[in-house]
Amino acid sequence: MTANTLVLIEHDRREVKRASLHAVTAARELGGSFALLLVGQDLEEMAKSLGSLGAETVILADDTALAEPLADRYAVVAANVVEKLSATTLLGTSSTFSKDILPRAAALLNAPMLTDVLAITKTQNGISYQRPINAGSMLATVQLAGARQVLSIRASAFAAPEADAAESPTERLEIDSSALPNGTRFISREERMSDRPDLTEARVVIGGGRPLKDKDTFDRLVGGLADTLGGAIGATRAAVDTGLAPNDYQIGQTGKVIAPDLYIALGISGAIQHLAGIKDSRIIVAINKDPDAPIFQTATYGLVGDLHQIVPQLIEALQQG
Amino acid sequence: MKILVPFKSVPDPYESAAPGGSLATAKSVINPFDEIAIEEALRIRERGDAAEIVGLTIGPAKVDEQVRAALAMGVDRAIRIDDARPLDPYAIARILRAAVEKEAPQVVLMGKQAVDDDSNQAGQMLAGLLSWPQATFVSRIEFIDDKARARCTRETDAGLEVIEVNLPAVITTDLRLNEPRYVSLPGLMKARKKPIEVQTCDQLGVNVQPLTTVLTTERPSRRLAGVRVESVEELVKKLKEEAKVL
Repeated sequence: MTANTLVLIEHDRREVKRASLHAVTAARELGGSFALLLVGQDLEEMAKSLGSLGAETVILADDTALAEPLADRYAVVAANVVEKLSATTLLGTSSTFSKDILPRAAALLNAPMLTDVLAITKTQNGISYQRPINAGSMLATVQLAGARQVLSIRASAFAAPEADAAESPTERLEIDSSALPNGTRFISREERMSDRPDLTEARVVIGGGRPLKDKDTFDRLVGGLADTLGGAIGATRAAVDTGLAPNDYQIGQTGKVIAPDLYIALGISGAIQHLAGIKDSRIIVAINKDPDAPIFQTATYGLVGDLHQIVPQLIEALQQG
Repeated sequence: MKILVPFKSVPDPYESAAPGGSLATAKSVINPFDEIAIEEALRIRERGDAAEIVGLTIGPAKVDEQVRAALAMGVDRAIRIDDARPLDPYAIARILRAAVEKEAPQVVLMGKQAVDDDSNQAGQMLAGLLSWPQATFVSRIEFIDDKARARCTRETDAGLEVIEVNLPAVITTDLRLNEPRYVSLPGLMKARKKPIEVQTCDQLGVNVQPLTTVLTTERPSRRLAGVRVESVEELVKKLKEEAKVL
């Protein structure tokens, strides 16, 4: 079995991360055949669920030694499968999972890597890639040399893949766990169970900034509006740094990049580092008491005023339908 | 224990990414994530867990200003690998590997990404080349088992994760690890007298060609500024009837 591109799929042990499937669309744009790689433990069913995406094969690396996403082990598995398939591209969707593993796999493959690819363009002189640099203040068009390459793509820049009629077979990879690196140990993960949708996949996101002052106010206003609209919660770096919200809520250059239908920014001034994470949102609403806040130059709809009065009114108006 | 802190000189993000700013005109600073790595190394030394901190950068003589800033913060030695080419993360990682093999540190501590090209690759690539364990996006480091291992808290998309890595290892820093110290003017003056060890790729026995070529850079199209609404009622009406998002 060979394939031109290998797509690394991300999951949370219960289900596949939908954003990670957007890399399949990028694989189709690159052209040629592609395979999917699923790594973990007890994922037979999950592998089957990936069977209708048009892949040549779904490769399942399933072993107790791979139960947790340790970069040294996962990178070896990904690089080995690339070699086995004679693939030229290793691909994933940008996330802390892929940013941990893919560059390490690139080094094992003696290949360059591009992070956060936004567009793939085929030209007479080969393929060029567009990616944001400097907090998204500039877009760079880049070409890669060498026999192989590794890419992580922005989920918001590539659509979710449409189903393909043909069923892909699952191929179980032989894992010799004694040959895997053994220098890293998983200890624990703090995962908050939430009824709210995933921040990077939500249709509606409510973001909060430092003016929300304390955690109770943040939860009441940002959380209240999010629950009214069935949305997810995000925050600025300043709000995270002051303890108003946990770090995995951070949106921006060094946090998450979102592209919901509706983003409502509460008490967010609009620093470029935050805007880098929200500018692909379809509709942006800004509510801020400072009429000169830069966020108003980016927002589709701006409302100047006090959050403490406006947000409860807004929740009430939305609840009334 | 010896800690190697690779750091990159970057255009000041608060100048370069601001409206009207540019990468070409902004003043240079130590990459903020690398500054956090330097600070963490200093704190590890201050609590008695490290004997020596070596700061290392790659660039032409003009980045000596950032090397002096690292010396002023308190690194014991500073190395500049003289190379003026635009290097991609994989080229940087291969040069760093040669430097690591020469210096033989127990820990390489560096920023998770450089804020000029936002790649977030060099640390992971270096760890892969060395076959060392890695802990990325770290917000807490604790050395355990007589400094045979580091227990690291990582900031992941799903929340905080704790892993242990055998040393030697590469650790990359996230924002919430610490607040770097302020460098005083006398400290900076004193650092002017400290030596900078200048080395070349030839001396390190490493010959790398960047595999990434930036063809063009351009400003993204701006979102058009929208409209101000005067009331909650007007906002809800717009969202329903104009944006059709409710």
